[in-house]
Amino acid sequence: MTAEVLLPPLPPPETPWRRLRREFMADRLAVFGLALLVLALLAAVFAPWISPQNPYDIGKLDIFDSKLPPGSRDAADTMTYWLGTDGQARDLLSAILHGMRTSLLVGGVSVAAALAIGSAVGLAAAWFGGWIDALLMRIVDIQLSFPAILVALILLAILGKGVDKVILALVIVQWAYFARAARGAALVERAKEYIEAAQCLSLGWPRLLFRHMLPNCLPPLIVIATIDLAHAIALESTLSFLGVGVPVTEPSLGMLIANGYEFLLSGNYWISFFPGIALALAIVGINLVGDHLRDILNPRNAH
Amino acid sequence: MAVLDVQGLQTHFFTHGGVVKAVDGVDLRVEAGEILGLVGESGSGKSITGFSVIGLIDPPGRIVGGHIRYLGEDLVGAPERRLQALRGKEIAMIFQDPMMTLNPVLRVDTQMVEAIHAHEKVTAKAALARARDALAMVGIPSPDERLRAYPHQLSGGMRQRVAIAIGLLNHPRLLIADEPTTALDVTIQAQILHEVQKLCRETGTAMIWITHDLAVVSGLADRIAVMYAGRIVESGATAAVIGSPSHPYTLGLIDSIPTRATHGTLLRQIPGMTPSLLNLPPGCAFRPRCGRASDECLMVPQAAPGPAGKVVRCWNS
Amino acid sequence: MSAFIIRRLLQAVLVMTVMSGLVFIGLYVVGDPVSMMASAEATEQDRAEIRASFGLDKPLWQQYGIFMSHALRLDFGKSFLTGQSAMGLILERMPATLELALVSMGLAVLVGIPLGIWAGLRPQAYSTRGIMAGSVLGFSLPNFWVGLMLIMVFAVQFGWLPASGRGATGHIGALDLSVLTLDGWSHLLLPAVTIALAKAALIIRVTRAATREALPMDYIKFARAKGLRWSRILRVHLLKNIMVPIVTVGGLEFGQVVAFAVVTETIFAWPGMGKLLLDSIITLDRPVVVAYLILIVFFLVMLNLVVDVLYSVLDPRVRLQGAKA
Repeated sequence: MTAEVLLPPLPPPETPWRRLRREFMADRLAVFGLALLVLALLAAVFAPWISPQNPYDIGKLDIFDSKLPPGSRDAADTMTYWLGTDGQARDLLSAILHGMRTSLLVGGVSVAAALAIGSAVGLAAAWFGGWIDALLMRIVDIQLSFPAILVALILLAILGKGVDKVILALVIVQWAYFARAARGAALVERAKEYIEAAQCLSLGWPRLLFRHMLPNCLPPLIVIATIDLAHAIALESTLSFLGVGVPVTEPSLGMLIANGYEFLLSGNYWISFFPGIALALAIVGINLVGDHLRDILNPRNAH
Repeated sequence: MAVLDVQGLQTHFFTHGGVVKAVDGVDLRVEAGEILGLVGESGSGKSITGFSVIGLIDPPGRIVGGHIRYLGEDLVGAPERRLQALRGKEIAMIFQDPMMTLNPVLRVDTQMVEAIHAHEKVTAKAALARARDALAMVGIPSPDERLRAYPHQLSGGMRQRVAIAIGLLNHPRLLIADEPTTALDVTIQAQILHEVQKLCRETGTAMIWITHDLAVVSGLADRIAVMYAGRIVESGATAAVIGSPSHPYTLGLIDSIPTRATHGTLLRQIPGMTPSLLNLPPGCAFRPRCGRASDECLMVPQAAPGPAGKVVRCWNS
Repeated sequence: MSAFIIRRLLQAVLVMTVMSGLVFIGLYVVGDPVSMMASAEATEQDRAEIRASFGLDKPLWQQYGIFMSHALRLDFGKSFLTGQSAMGLILERMPATLELALVSMGLAVLVGIPLGIWAGLRPQAYSTRGIMAGSVLGFSLPNFWVGLMLIMVFAVQFGWLPASGRGATGHIGALDLSVLTLDGWSHLLLPAVTIALAKAALIIRVTRAATREALPMDYIKFARAKGLRWSRILRVHLLKNIMVPIVTVGGLEFGQVVAFAVVTETIFAWPGMGKLLLDSIITLDRPVVVAYLILIVFFLVMLNLVVDVLYSVLDPRVRLQGAKA
């Protein structure tokens, strides 16, 4: 009878995701950034439920409560305005939670759309090459040579106000970054052998592009998407601040800051200050995450 | 007094993976006007030895023991100021790849004149004149044009000549050359070797020529030191080392050089591989590859006087 | 070299033409500037008169044709709002913006390069980690919020610096410059710092990365072997080698600063082109917007040209050709 020697099972090989997570967690700043981001997301998602007050229900607002400093009680003494109130007697904490929602929504949707469109264009340019590539990239170059804010301003002047229009403007401003990055990554991947091998199997080009090439082009695109998310949120807040962004009925953090601007000089600083802190924390969080992701996914650091 | 007298030099690198004993007990001596060939394969520690002498060991590396006596003065532990005063003035060094040694965005004259100004107060004119003379000395035609050129406009051989000229600008007593001809064509190599030899004889400069190529150094050097895994295993007059090698490693090196006589036969090799400096075998580092290894070799051999005035580290030489 | 410059200028003209067309169409399609200009009681006839006087009743392509023929003479029409020459309006306010932009970038570079080199020299030091964390903060914080906070602290709280306006200016020839007066500086400081913060952060990052790449190079080691002092090595050997990426980013950002000036000028009520642009966009004052955009495009192309020429000066290995350098 042969004795079967049972070898201890090998640990499962580390999947790329596991490795990514491990390397990411190694940097404390990045983890801190991630924590901020998660906090912002939670605030945004659960805003309607966790806000002490619905800031857009005009009926509930008591004008005597306006411009109260942080920590005051309301006139009816039913709740505390932890962060104070603004010029319209809205509880700032609630306004910030809702504003975060709008900011993140607008930023997130526009980046997602820009990512999808830009990547498609970039991949197509790299795949088909020739005059298609030249034409598409010329358009991208022209678009990229204009400062984003000018393009956005003009677009919004044409399109008017509204959350959907802001998202559209942001998408138009951002898609070019993704297109260029996607094309770069795709060109590199295209030269690799596995594409040739797949071609030998006479797979159609849609399948080649999306099932084979795209997943390998993702890392740099993810990094750009993260950093771009921060830019998008900042840009939207700037536009709202200037008065051409989201409408007053659905204020984003930028709009809140704008509303508080006039009160700054009279010493009611909190109306601009707290929304600004919230915005800054969200953006800093995203940037810390994106920064570290870029370091990890940098091909020069590949093991 | 010897220009350079190194005793028991130890330079270790403290890395995350462990301690790399790049140089572990090296003795060297160079007299004025003498050319010493320091021979070894990559990873033997020869370049690090050169850097140690000139004081350019950066963290995580450190000289942990031994003495480096330049004209009697011990450089180990000397203040950085003193080392800086010596570098480029009394002890000069040239590196392997002249393309990257010369700063690509600065002109040749800038890079030469600054070497002079670092140590002396002379007028720009005087410095330029000296630079011109130095270029002429290393055999560069139309030196004025070359002075105004940028490094990438010169050929590899000329760049290395410029580097040598820079090395000799301040008339150092000791010149350390780290594989200076490895990156060059064989014909240029021969030219430069010849010129360097002539220069050293004329100016009385002592030189350490670091190389992995035993053939190159056999025609050039007065004395040879063979290095393996951080230690000098054999050193002595060139004729003695090459003509009658005592250490098995030296023997292996010489044997593996293809010559007319070995034409048509299988090339001889030293069996095995160079050990990783992180993981040296106990005792003599060459033991795992050595045909003469015995139990004694589990202890590090001491450097002992051998035949023909050589110094050998081997129990079984 | 001159062939290169001429080619770039031609490209600039092409881009400006395309641009003008796009913007022209865009602004025409939406909005009726006449309703902005006419008062509420204006009759239909009044409006028709206004429309005719500005040529807005003609078909689009004809308007564009007229516009282009004037543009070639650098006449961009009159502002719908004030009736002044559109280009004149902009040029009037340009020096203020340019001055702000130059001072901001100057600050950013003066602070950013040394800090970046420091961070590159000592990557593990605590001070470096502080600098790098600070730089993330620098480019993350929204520009306008930084401005607001600075006002809050320095103007409202401490009252050290004015919160808005340009203050006194001095003369040099035809130019009014704030940097020539102390009062001008006190007004210039807050807006300049607002802009400089984010730009300095970017410059720090670029400088650090370039420094880390350059330091292990052989030529640095050779310079040390020559016995040169670190101050010389950093000042001459390192600096010249890292300038190319710094100039690239610096040039790009300078263009951004001039364009983005809108925000800072709004907050600090700085009388520059940016504020003018914003108002013109909101009121659909088309001639001014178009004139501004043409000017900006020209400026950006010139900036790119200058940057490319600088490359060839900084790095002698770069040869400028008609193709991309």
